[in-house]
Amino acid sequence: MRLLTHNMLSCNIKGVTNGFPLRLEVEKFVEKEVEFNSDFLKNMFVKIEWKALVNAARSMGYEELPEEADSSMLDSDEFLKKFHHALLELHLEEGALICPETGRRFPVNKGIPNMLLHEDEV
Amino acid sequence: MAVGGTGTIPNRIPHRISNAENSFGDVSGKVVADFGCGCGTLGLASALLGAEYVIGIDVDSQSLEIASINAEDLELDINLVQCDINNLQWRGQTVDTVIMNPPFGTRKKGADMNFLSVALKVASQAVYSLHKTTTREHIKKTALRDFNAKSAEVICELRFDVPQLYKFHKKKEVDIAVDLWRFVPLKE
Repeated sequence: MRLLTHNMLSCNIKGVTNGFPLRLEVEKFVEKEVEFNSDFLKNMFVKIEWKALVNAARSMGYEELPEEADSSMLDSDEFLKKFHHALLELHLEEGALICPETGRRFPVNKGIPNMLLHEDEV
Repeated sequence: MAVGGTGTIPNRIPHRISNAENSFGDVSGKVVADFGCGCGTLGLASALLGAEYVIGIDVDSQSLEIASINAEDLELDINLVQCDINNLQWRGQTVDTVIMNPPFGTRKKGADMNFLSVALKVASQAVYSLHKTTTREHIKKTALRDFNAKSAEVICELRFDVPQLYKFHKKKEVDIAVDLWRFVPLKE
């Protein structure tokens, strides 16, 4: 699971109102190189919750993202490369996503998060 | 491509989406989600058409495993999530385009409408979906009135030859008329 996917997912248990962002429990992560596309990154920047991305990247040991970011930074290639790496090249392979409100654990196996709910959570 | 899936997606659907891509630019360079992706056919077709980020979502882990193998075989990159679309909870319109071949709701009434309702909440640019032609008026009315759609248009009519696959399929093979729709969601 890449961090762009993580940035979209929210806890889906019925009644949960603060289900974003899900905390990462990292057992294993991998890095895979992806072609750099600055236009795509610029488009995505406005849709991303920056803080969630920063913290998710940190939980995989990537500390290069600035705490705060604004659109003026998109002119910097150095910034875009870091953003690219965090958003698209880090994969949570094994571990879990934890709901910030309930502590419910959604397992991630072979890079696929399992967001299926139990009967009493729907 | 590896085996798998329901077998109900005719080969020409990816071709139709390719035509749509040429007319509307909803796929290339975009974030595309394939709802109920099964073995990944539509998501992988989107990746072939140049989607920058493809997310395939399905409730069934076996289907996702096959989708993952298919992606590897084609050397394509696809992101998979196991989730029931009915319970999908995403933060706003983070996806550009949703492409889907939802369950038609012949068995479970309204199943395709639930998919459509969720798709129109998460997509910012377009939703492509297949629905039975017999439900055309109902779909248009509901999408515009209840589901956050700004426009709803049938791009083309297709015929599905559904082979007898499941025990609940009573007839040997059924030929159904199906519409390929393009919906445009209202902006948040």
